Amino acid sequence: MTTTPTSTRPAVRRTRGLHASRTRVALLLLVPMLLVLAAVAGYPLLRTIYLSFTDYNILQDPAPKWIGLGNYWFTTPEGVGLGVLQTPEWWQSVWNTVKFTVGSVILETVLGLAFALIINSKIKGRGFLRTAILVPWAIPTVVSAQMWNWMYNDSFGVISQWGQKLGFLHTGESFLSNPDTALAALVAVDVWKTTPFMALLLLAGLQTIPSDMYEAADVDGASPWTQFWRLTLPLLTPALLVALIFRTLDALRVFDMPYIVKGNAPETITMSIYARQQLILNSQFGFGSAISVMIFLIIMVFTAIYVTSLRVKFD
Amino acid sequence: MKKAIAIASLTAAFSLSAAHAQGVTLTFACDSVGQGYDECQKGANAWAKQTGNTVKLLQVPKETDQRLALYQQQLGAKSGDVDVYMIDVVWPGLIGQHLLDLKSSIPQSQINSYFPAIVQNNTVNGKLVGIPWFTDAGVLYYRTDLLKKYGYNAAPKTWNELSTMAQKIQAGERKTNPKFVGFVFQGKNYEGLTCDALEWINSFGGGTIIDNSGKITVNNDKAVEALRAIQAMVGPVAPQAVTTYGEEEARNVWQAGNSAFMRNWPYAYSLAEASGSPIKGKVGVAALPAGPGGKPAATLGGWQLAVNAYSKHPKEAASLVQYLTSAPEQKRRAIQASYNPTIASLYKDPEVLKAVPFFGSLYDVFINAVARPATVTGGKYNEVSNAFSTAVYNVLTNKSAPGPALKSLEGQLSRIKGRGW
Repeated sequence: MTTTPTSTRPAVRRTRGLHASRTRVALLLLVPMLLVLAAVAGYPLLRTIYLSFTDYNILQDPAPKWIGLGNYWFTTPEGVGLGVLQTPEWWQSVWNTVKFTVGSVILETVLGLAFALIINSKIKGRGFLRTAILVPWAIPTVVSAQMWNWMYNDSFGVISQWGQKLGFLHTGESFLSNPDTALAALVAVDVWKTTPFMALLLLAGLQTIPSDMYEAADVDGASPWTQFWRLTLPLLTPALLVALIFRTLDALRVFDMPYIVKGNAPETITMSIYARQQLILNSQFGFGSAISVMIFLIIMVFTAIYVTSLRVKFD
Repeated sequence: MKKAIAIASLTAAFSLSAAHAQGVTLTFACDSVGQGYDECQKGANAWAKQTGNTVKLLQVPKETDQRLALYQQQLGAKSGDVDVYMIDVVWPGLIGQHLLDLKSSIPQSQINSYFPAIVQNNTVNGKLVGIPWFTDAGVLYYRTDLLKKYGYNAAPKTWNELSTMAQKIQAGERKTNPKFVGFVFQGKNYEGLTCDALEWINSFGGGTIIDNSGKITVNNDKAVEALRAIQAMVGPVAPQAVTTYGEEEARNVWQAGNSAFMRNWPYAYSLAEASGSPIKGKVGVAALPAGPGGKPAATLGGWQLAVNAYSKHPKEAASLVQYLTSAPEQKRRAIQASYNPTIASLYKDPEVLKAVPFFGSLYDVFINAVARPATVTGGKYNEVSNAFSTAVYNVLTNKSAPGPALKSLEGQLSRIKGRGW
């Protein structure tokens, strides 16, 4: 009875001391990284949030002027709404972005899954296929966007020529110039470019499924269709969800491809292009920051919905 | 011993390079449209050779608003990376405070030789921030051979006429060339569309978007009529994809021989008439058409040279500007690349007139060009232009009827105006 405390007490103290010193070392090792993160991620984010409450034009104003929520919601005495939430152009860009995101993510997931299943099966030239499928993903977006822009060109673009020959388009018309098809044309470019990424993520997921499960299913006489629905899909769900989140968040803040192909055209302007237009072109740092904060919030909401409704676990 | 030799040779190398680096290196953000880059290079090199300095040319975006976006970031950050900027005629009010006053660096006699209206335009709060380099105004290009072939003996005087002629030529030419279109212009949603649309509206008597007193005037019947006329042309006469064209896209279609008419700036002339061009010798240039009861209007364009206020070599930069904007260099550029001089006497120079005959016949167009509402809107000009071109773009793509589009534009402009320009 009396020996137990004397024998355990020093041991506890020793492990506690070890634990504490380990924590100290870990913290010390983490400090540089935390500092860098604060400098490159924390500061810009906080500064953007701060600027969104100011009336600041980098070309004209010497310093930001605090205006509270004026950039978000402000109605002049004449009844004119000046805030971003009262601006129809902003809502148009939100709507465009959402349509773009839904269209491209659904297509990319379906096609990516199909590609992943193909290159995961034991077919000839599998190695070559895996490499070849990565090519669109490997080309820089700026280059591939310009390439597609030329393919869509009404007078020398190959896609417009087919379209005109097959009767979908009149002379001097392209899928990009028609406002009803322009967004779909951009989704096509994005699908071409990003399906490989989706396929790669899903392929990694597929390879974690043990093959003996399929052997057992074969013995039980399950058809490939049943195997896919009962085995592959449920086991692939974690990978699929991670891929979906990645792509959705990426698509929501898309900028480069639509900007290069269509510029500031209202039917395809995305949230990020609108933010750039106000921030850079009109040098309205205050108003533009408010837009950036709105984009940040929208993306956060999407992430929260995904994580909670689909019970994704990040571990 | 070895060490001593190394140190000695290093010292020698340093002193040599110091002797060589007597001249300074200037960075020049110039042109990229058409032959712009090459012509800038030629002029800058000639100055560099004369003075023993070096000029580095910066590759800049093709479209004017893209360039502005880039320069605004540099100037907003007070960066001295670029010494000399080529600036658009609508920019002095926007970025003037970041540019050097050149009044004392350029001889008064040279300043007096320029068109006074442009000098006035470039003077912001008493500071002369840009020296006129070349001026611009929209003109109508037409194919002389095709006009003759279809029985016309003069360029169209009204938009209606243009439409009829273009339709007839297009119908005839499509039999052999399925790509042929009647009329190309700048229909993409950017500053170029603002210029084109201002010409249409003004030529119908619809004013200048915002008048000199700052009143928003764009929502009027004449303007609606003008936009309706142009909207009717997109599809039947102009290719529908004209809404994706900037200056160079339009020129590519035209210079390939695939269009009867084109609206563009004078720079396109020397390129269309260059050896190897499929339409060499078949190019006519006229004033743009007028609306019913209106008179032709051309939007004032043109570029100035300015010195960055944060430049480390302001003296050399001003000397480069003075050289490039001088009469001999403007004459060289007029003859070799059809850039409009900003000096009145060069429009009577026989060599210039021989190279670019329409400089003489369209002299009135160039000096009576309509200015965009840049001075009155000052720092908000870009937003105004943005809103205007977007509204017109919506009309061209049939997303909106002219009347409602201009009405909502009026609301938007008053939102931008806020408490005042």
